[in-house]
Amino acid sequence: MSVSTQASSKLSYAIGRRTVLKAGLAAGAMQFTGPFIVKALGEEPIKIGLADPFTGTYAELGKHEQIGCQFAVDEINKKGGILGRPVTLISEDSTSTDTGVAVQKGHLLIDRDKVNFLLGNVNSAMALALGDLSSRAGVLHIVTGGHTDAVTGSDCHWNVFRVCNTTRMETDAVSKLLFEKYGKRWYFITPDYAFGHTLQSGFEANLKKFGGTVAGASLAPLGTTDFSSYLIQAEAAKPDVILFLTAGEDAVNSLKQAVQFGLDKKFHIAGAQQELEVLEGLPPDARIGTWVFEWYWVQPKVPQVADFVAAIRKVNDGKVPTARHWFGYASVWTCALIANQLKTLDAKKLAKGLENFTLPPEVALMPDRVFYRAGDNQLMPDLYVGHAVPHGPEPEDLFVVDDVVKGADVALPVDQTGCHLTFPA
Amino acid sequence: MIVGRNWRLAANALIWLVLLTAPLWLNAVGGYTQLGTLVLVMALAATALNFLLGYTGVLSFGHAAYFGLGAYGAGLTIKYLVPDTLLGMLVGVAAAVVAAAIVGRLIVHLRGIYFAMVTIAFGQIFYFIAFRWNNVTGGDDGLSNWSRMPINLGIDKLDILDSPTTFYYFVLFFFALSLAVMAWTLRSPFGRTLVAIRENERRARFLGVPVDAHIWLSWMISCTFAGLAGALYALLNNFADPHVLHWEQSGEFVIMAVLGGMRSFWGPLVGAAIFVLLQEYVSSMTENWMSFIGLFFVVIVLFFPNGVLGIVSRA
Amino acid sequence: MTQLVLYNVFNGLIIGAFYALMALGLSLILNLSGVINFAHGGFLAIGAYLAYTLMPYLGFWGALAVAPVLTAALGVLVERLLIRRVYGRDPLYSLLLTFGLAFILQDGARIIWGPETQPFAVPGWLSNSLSSEFFFLTGYRLFMVALATVTVIALFAVLRWSRLGMRIRAGVRDLETVSALGVNVGRLRSLNFALGIYLAGLAGVLAAGMLGLQPTIGNDLIMPSFVAIIIGGLGSLPGTLVGGLLIGVASGVTTVFFPSASEAVIYALMALVLLVRPRGLFGEEGRLQ
Repeated sequence: MSVSTQASSKLSYAIGRRTVLKAGLAAGAMQFTGPFIVKALGEEPIKIGLADPFTGTYAELGKHEQIGCQFAVDEINKKGGILGRPVTLISEDSTSTDTGVAVQKGHLLIDRDKVNFLLGNVNSAMALALGDLSSRAGVLHIVTGGHTDAVTGSDCHWNVFRVCNTTRMETDAVSKLLFEKYGKRWYFITPDYAFGHTLQSGFEANLKKFGGTVAGASLAPLGTTDFSSYLIQAEAAKPDVILFLTAGEDAVNSLKQAVQFGLDKKFHIAGAQQELEVLEGLPPDARIGTWVFEWYWVQPKVPQVADFVAAIRKVNDGKVPTARHWFGYASVWTCALIANQLKTLDAKKLAKGLENFTLPPEVALMPDRVFYRAGDNQLMPDLYVGHAVPHGPEPEDLFVVDDVVKGADVALPVDQTGCHLTFPA
Repeated sequence: MIVGRNWRLAANALIWLVLLTAPLWLNAVGGYTQLGTLVLVMALAATALNFLLGYTGVLSFGHAAYFGLGAYGAGLTIKYLVPDTLLGMLVGVAAAVVAAAIVGRLIVHLRGIYFAMVTIAFGQIFYFIAFRWNNVTGGDDGLSNWSRMPINLGIDKLDILDSPTTFYYFVLFFFALSLAVMAWTLRSPFGRTLVAIRENERRARFLGVPVDAHIWLSWMISCTFAGLAGALYALLNNFADPHVLHWEQSGEFVIMAVLGGMRSFWGPLVGAAIFVLLQEYVSSMTENWMSFIGLFFVVIVLFFPNGVLGIVSRA
Repeated sequence: MTQLVLYNVFNGLIIGAFYALMALGLSLILNLSGVINFAHGGFLAIGAYLAYTLMPYLGFWGALAVAPVLTAALGVLVERLLIRRVYGRDPLYSLLLTFGLAFILQDGARIIWGPETQPFAVPGWLSNSLSSEFFFLTGYRLFMVALATVTVIALFAVLRWSRLGMRIRAGVRDLETVSALGVNVGRLRSLNFALGIYLAGLAGVLAAGMLGLQPTIGNDLIMPSFVAIIIGGLGSLPGTLVGGLLIGVASGVTTVFFPSASEAVIYALMALVLLVRPRGLFGEEGRLQ
């Protein structure tokens, strides 16, 4: 069968086409004037480039990181900018699944826009790819919310720093509580990619240490919509705790279905990383389980948090900030603080300066000392262990913090992360 | 007649001039060299697809499979076997060729929508293999922490890693070579037969043309160059991830061919350039770029089914 | 082990019923109009979001009744403005058109309702399991199967006994003659398209109860629907139904033995059918050749 070209009614199509062509050219021309505009001589702004997903399955998380970043940029500009120059945030959509586009955007930001700092990505694969790119280009890079251990582990680079936690930090934060309170037989619902695998091995290492047993594990493909077969297997194993290592949409789907199956009544539900975005996406009866949050908006013991929450609400449709907002916020402020402290934009000097760099309380927004660890460039924040609740005293208060754990206490020592930082000559 | 031929020569010369000088003027118009390289890679893939689609009249909606195999072949070779760029490219193309040969043998007797669907099916099979085989392919995290290696030419080193311009010309070389081979093939009696099959398969069969054999060969040529494009794509990004195998990627190649003009040899290049640049700039301007791209697809199908070069040839 | 397999077969039929619902809508459109509707998943998402918006006013049942109808209305609009213009052209063009339309629908949902996952709750009494033993037979899933069954029966009844159904069936066989007999073919196609989109919207409301409500909710369902149609056979609605159930069961059983292959297996099945019996299990020879 051949692909035939349609013999079109010349009159009607021609008219339609010409109009469309004209309109398109006009619109296109308008777009194209952008890069031509000559920059005003004078204060050349400091550019921070953010490559994050704003469409697709991670769109929500990327957007929240961006809002946090922009808020930080506005605060910095009010305080005089970086080295006396104004700061601008250039955001590019890396998409949620196409790493080729993410790399492309990385090039756009570094090669064309000549950003001074690179931020991103939510997606672990993109964080790795961008880290590779930024280290080759010699640009300081802060990974906001990509969790795969390799970013500050086997694939670490001298110029890449990460704000969010490693999976090992998360598992080690919550394991003891789970073991002592809920039992020693654990079943894993593991999403089948690096993030899931490392969470599982982290938990298994802890289980071994405490003397518990692995009742079994179901490897669910990433993007699974129907978890019933895995939940059936989990039920058959009769564990004490079922750990959901899923994130994002997978977490919403698996938890929703687990509760529909009544598994929360038979077993304890728990996991490592959880986010407010997921809890808000679940129907109230599915907001259950023991989890680790990487930052939470209700922290009566830390005075600066309330101001931060109030300020973010104004730029976030009245909604409270989540850990994602904080990732973006802390990342941008890190750039500003270190550059202003060392009075330079030289990436190598800044990277060296960030070793053991402590974030001030109004940026850290956590009870303990928050710093970048020398040797793997991993931030050592606090981790909030607690449980989800269907409704809280306030509309978005869906998590009750039971314990705050210091990241530095639960992270793997540097020599076990697989990271070997080498500075270029 | 003479005017037509001169016009065509002039057009060819102009296009090659633009391609050869791109690194010099790209920065001035708000682009960057790497963008030009991306256009070349995509154009190669779209041209390879169009060999099958525009010239043989066969719709493959799963070309990303061979593109992706080329990418993973190159990446896996450089990361795990030998850190050599040319060897990586060779393995990538070989992987695509082997897969295409097997799949082609199986599906060559199908036509129309069945053919399109089965190409999607096989594409998805490869996609899920790459997605799940974490230990080898890196799964969803992708194949990272490797890069294209500078090429040792004996006397000198071709630094395609750190010099974007050098890499651009490296890709342009293979692009030109591939296009030359495809153009020469299309002008040969074999190529003419393909067009005959496209126009009226039954008649071709009546004339004694072994249609299935021709389609298989066309398929092989098309998939080989798609594989080469994939290998170059992986080298461009220093990365390979499952998305290169997804049917969405296949769809993009089809739109590039249609957009530029399926009946023209340069159509896919024009289509790839427009599509890549459009996506790049629209997504920088607005978060709602997906709506614009979708609208763009709709407009092309409804108003410009013969593509950009279709309009030009009408003028 | 056998118990696990049995459970998964059971479960697979439930999910399969859902796939079948999606696939039937797609099949209806494909059979009569020759259009491959890549935007079917987008309509599913719109149906889900409309239900979510209507729920505070009409409750779950009201939303379930109304949302698919609204989605079908949107479908008619789209058909009149866009789809109509690619009838009779190469399937390539309908593929590309609906491909673009899918982008627009997904992004439209994101623009209107936001990228956040919206909490969609089904009525409480539906959420409980039937028994502790068969805990995976929740009220909701059984309701889904029941609704799908009723809908399919109604669909077949309409096709078999109503005037519209007769015309659709006749049109699938020979549209030209139907037109010559005085039937308004344009209107027939619109109604047929609306029917197909109604099923997509319905599937969307059902999906929202099980999955997270995000703009991408329809993306992963489009391909299995195509597979169901191919396996069942183009042009055969009972075939599509069987195809959907088959891939549900195949996928479920594969998760027991080889979870990594649970998605790939349906494509492998499709490839197998295409190579061995291209017209599908119930298809007729020579369709869309």
